[in-house]
Amino acid sequence: MGKFTEDDLKKELETKEYEYGFYTDIASETFPAGLNEEIVRAISMKKEEPEWMTDWRLESFRHWKKMIEPEWANVKYEKPDFQAISYYSAPTTKPKYDSIDEVDPELLDTFNRLGISLEEQKKLAGVAVDIVMDSVSVATTFKKTLAEKGIIFCSISEAIKEHPELVKKYIGTVVPQKDNFYAALNSAVFSDGSFCYIPKGVRCPMELSTYFRINQAGTGQFERTLVIADEGSYVSYLEGCTAPSRDENQLHAAVVELIALDNAEIKYSTVQNWYPGGKDGKGGVYNFVTKRGLCEKNAKISWTQVETGSAVTWKYPSCILKGDNSIGEFYSIAVTNNYQQADTGTKMIHLGKNTRSTIISKGISAGKSQNSYRGLVKISPRAENARNFSQCDSLLMGNQCGAHTFPYIEAKNKSAKIEHEATTSKIGEDQIFYCNQRGIDTEKAIALIVNGFSKEVLNKLPMEFAVEAQKLLEISLEGSVG
Amino acid sequence: MNLKNKLLSSYIAYEDHLEADSPINDLKSKAIKIFEAEGFPSKKQEDWKYTSLNSLLKTDYSLSPRKDHALEFKDVKRYFLHDIDTYKVVFVDGVYSSFLSETTHDKIDVCLLSAALSKPKYQPVIETYFNKAAKDDSLTSLNTAFAREGAYIFIPKHIEVEKPIEIINFSTGNEAALMLQPRNLIIVGENAHVQIIERHQSLSENPVLTNSVTEIFAEKRAYLDYYKIQNDNETASLIDTTYVDQQEQSNCRVHTFSFGGNMTRNNLNYYQRGERCDSTLKGITILEGKQHVDHNTLVNHIEPNCESHQDYKGIFGDSSTGVFNGKVVVEKEAQKTDAFQQNNNILIDDKATINAKPQLEIFADDVKCSHGCTIGQLDEEALFYLRSRGIGQKEARALLMYAFANNVLESVKIPELKRRINKLIATKIGVNMGFDL
Repeated sequence: MGKFTEDDLKKELETKEYEYGFYTDIASETFPAGLNEEIVRAISMKKEEPEWMTDWRLESFRHWKKMIEPEWANVKYEKPDFQAISYYSAPTTKPKYDSIDEVDPELLDTFNRLGISLEEQKKLAGVAVDIVMDSVSVATTFKKTLAEKGIIFCSISEAIKEHPELVKKYIGTVVPQKDNFYAALNSAVFSDGSFCYIPKGVRCPMELSTYFRINQAGTGQFERTLVIADEGSYVSYLEGCTAPSRDENQLHAAVVELIALDNAEIKYSTVQNWYPGGKDGKGGVYNFVTKRGLCEKNAKISWTQVETGSAVTWKYPSCILKGDNSIGEFYSIAVTNNYQQADTGTKMIHLGKNTRSTIISKGISAGKSQNSYRGLVKISPRAENARNFSQCDSLLMGNQCGAHTFPYIEAKNKSAKIEHEATTSKIGEDQIFYCNQRGIDTEKAIALIVNGFSKEVLNKLPMEFAVEAQKLLEISLEGSVG
Repeated sequence: MNLKNKLLSSYIAYEDHLEADSPINDLKSKAIKIFEAEGFPSKKQEDWKYTSLNSLLKTDYSLSPRKDHALEFKDVKRYFLHDIDTYKVVFVDGVYSSFLSETTHDKIDVCLLSAALSKPKYQPVIETYFNKAAKDDSLTSLNTAFAREGAYIFIPKHIEVEKPIEIINFSTGNEAALMLQPRNLIIVGENAHVQIIERHQSLSENPVLTNSVTEIFAEKRAYLDYYKIQNDNETASLIDTTYVDQQEQSNCRVHTFSFGGNMTRNNLNYYQRGERCDSTLKGITILEGKQHVDHNTLVNHIEPNCESHQDYKGIFGDSSTGVFNGKVVVEKEAQKTDAFQQNNNILIDDKATINAKPQLEIFADDVKCSHGCTIGQLDEEALFYLRSRGIGQKEARALLMYAFANNVLESVKIPELKRRINKLIATKIGVNMGFDL
C-alpha cells in the first residue's frame, strides 16, 4: 500500500465523488453532430491528410454503414445515437510548442489538477508524454532524445503527413477496417492518436506514455494508436486515462494496433479510469475498444490492463501469434462497482509453431455491477507445440453483483497443450477478522486483500503505474462493503 | 421439400389422429408453432456455434415408420445388459415392442408414455409433470409436438427399485432413412431409488436421426442413477435432450458414454429447485473417424447449499471433433453453492479438433465455483516408462487412455455395466487389456 496513509484515505473519502470531475473551457472548434461522407471528408481535410488517407476513411465509412451494432456482449446499455455525436473537436489554440511555457495556462492547470506535471515527469520518471487533449496532440516532450535513436513518437496525424510510407504500410493490417462495428467507425472518423516506430535493434530507453482525456461534452473520442517495433527492438508503452464527469454517456471507440516484427518485444500497459457513472448508474463513459497485436517470429507482445472506470467496457486486447516461437501475454484486473458493466478478456490466436500464451485475468465485482471475462484461445492446425495457460479469478462482494466467465477454447492440433482454470470466491470473513483484530479497519483490510488478489497483475505494470493502479483499486472499491 | 416443411406438413396429418380431448393437445399445437417460427438451430446461434445440423437435414427421413418389425431376441441380445435381470422398455422403429420388453405395474410403473397419456388413471401425474421441466427451444418443441411414444417410469415414495431399468430404442433399417422422436418421462418419488440405462441402437447402415427428449423429476431425497450409452452406427445421429428437475436433498447422477454415432449432441440441463441438492454430470467420449460429439451442459443453481460435480473426459482420434459447452449458473439466492466443472481432452491425431467453452455465471458471493479445462497429449515420459518395461506401444497408449478415463468409469455403480463399458473402451482403443479396471 506504500505511502498511502490513513489521512490520505480520509481526504479521498471526502472527495469521493469523482476526483477528476472538472471541465476545462477551452475555445474548441467542434463539428456539427452527425455522420455522413461529408463529415468524414471534412475531418480528413481539417487534418490536411493526403488523398489515400481520405479514401481509406471513406472506404471504412462505407463498410460501417453496412454493419450493425454487436449485441453479443454481456452488457446492457442504451445504444448511442451515432448521428447525435460530434465527430471532431480540437482545441483551437494550436500552435506547435517548443517549450512548456508556451502552452495555454488553462490547459496546464488541467494537467496539474490531474496530477500530471510535465516538468516533474520530464525530470523524474524519464517519461516522454504525448498528451492528447480532445483528440489533438498539443505537447510532445523528449522528442529529441528519441529522435537521436531514430525512434518516431508522434501523433498519428503528424505521422500520416511525415511518415506516410510507414502508416500506409501498417495501418489496418492488424485491425482491418471492417473488423467490427466500432473498429470501422473508428477507421472512418479517428481524430487523432499516437504513432510509434522503433527502428531495427533499438531498445527504447524510456517508457513511452500517452494520456487520453475526454473533455468536450458530447464529442466521441476516436483514438487510433499504431505501434511498430521493427526487428529486434523493444518498447514499453503506457496509456492512462481520466475523464471529467458528465451526465450524458460519452462514447469512446479506440483502435490500437501493435506490430512486433521478428525478435521484437512490445509491452503495452493501460490504466483506465474514466468516469464510471454515478452511484445510481447514470452517465459514464462507453468504452468500446479494439486492441490487437501481431507477433512475427520470436516476437513478444504483452498486454497489461487495469480497468476501473467506464460505465460499459467492451474490450479484448488480443495477440495474433503468427510467427514461430512468438509469445503473447495478457494480464488484466477489471474492477466494477455500482452499476458498471465490463465485458473484457483476450484472444490468443496461435498460428506459428512453438507459440506460447499466458492469460491472467482478475475480476472484482462489487455493488450492482456485472463483470465478465470473455476469452478465446485458438490453436490452428499448423501451430505445432502451442502452449497456453489461462487463469481467470473472480472476486465477488455482495450478492447484487455478478461474475461471469466465457472462455472459448478451440484446438485443432494434437500437440497443443492448453490449461484453463477459473475460480470464484469472496473475501473471507476470517481474513477480515484477522486484519481487524490486528487493528486494520475493514475498509483497509479489503484494500489489502484485493491488492493481494491482484498482485500477479500489478507486478507486471511499470513502476509509476503500479503505484497509481494500487491507489485506483482502493478508491474504486470504497464503500462497497456493508 | 426440406425437412422442416416436411415435418410441418406431416404434423397436419398427424394432428387428425390425436385423441380429441387429450390434455396435451394444446401443448402440441403450441410446440409446433414454436418450431415453425424457429426452425432447426443454425451455427449462428451461440449454443450451436460448433455443431452444424445442415448435413443431417438433407436426408429425406421417413417420419412415420411402418408397423412393428419383429426382432429376434437372440439378434439383439448383445445390446441388453443380458447377464443380469432388468426391466426393459424396448422400442423398434419408434414403436413399442411388447415381445422384447419387460414392464411392470407392481408398486412402480415402468411402461409406455402413450399408455400414460391416454389412460385417465395417469392423468393427474401427466398434468403435474409432463412438459413441465422441458424448455421451449425449437428441438424440444419439435419433440413435444410429435411425441407419442417413450418410456414412462414412476417410482412412488420410499421405494428402492431392485433392478435396473433399460430403455432401448432400436431402428431396423426397414426404412431408407428414419427420424425418431422418443419422449421419456421419469418421476422418482420422495426417498425412492432407481437406476436407468438408456441406449439408442441402429441395426443397419441406413441413416437415422433421433431427436430424443427426457424429462426427469427427482422429488425430496430421491436418488437417481442414469446411464446413457451412445455406441451407435456411424450412420446414426442423435440429439439427446435431458431435463433434470431436482427437489430438496435429491441426488441425480447422469453418466454419458459416447463412443459411436455420426453426430451426437447431448443437451443436459439440471435445475436445482430445493436446498442441498447434489448433481453429478460425468462423461467419457472416445471418437475416431469423422465422428462429432457435442456435450452441452447446464447446471442451474437456484437454491442455497447445493452441489454440482461435472467431469468430462474426451479422447479424439482421426478427424473427429469434440465440443464441450458447460455452463454453471449460480443465482442470487443460491449462497453456499459448491460447483465444480472439469473437462480434460486428449487429441490423438492431427486432424482432430476440440472446442471447449466452460462458462460460469455467478450472481451470489458466498460460493465455491471453479472450473478447469485442459487439452493435451499422452505423456511421452509415461509412455517411455511403460515401453521400457516391455509393454508394446499400442498397449502402453491404451493403458494411459484407460487411466485417463478411469475417474469417470469408477463412479459407475452397476458392476455389469461397468464391465460392459470397459469392453467398449477396449474395442474402441483396439486392444484387449485382459483385465477389468
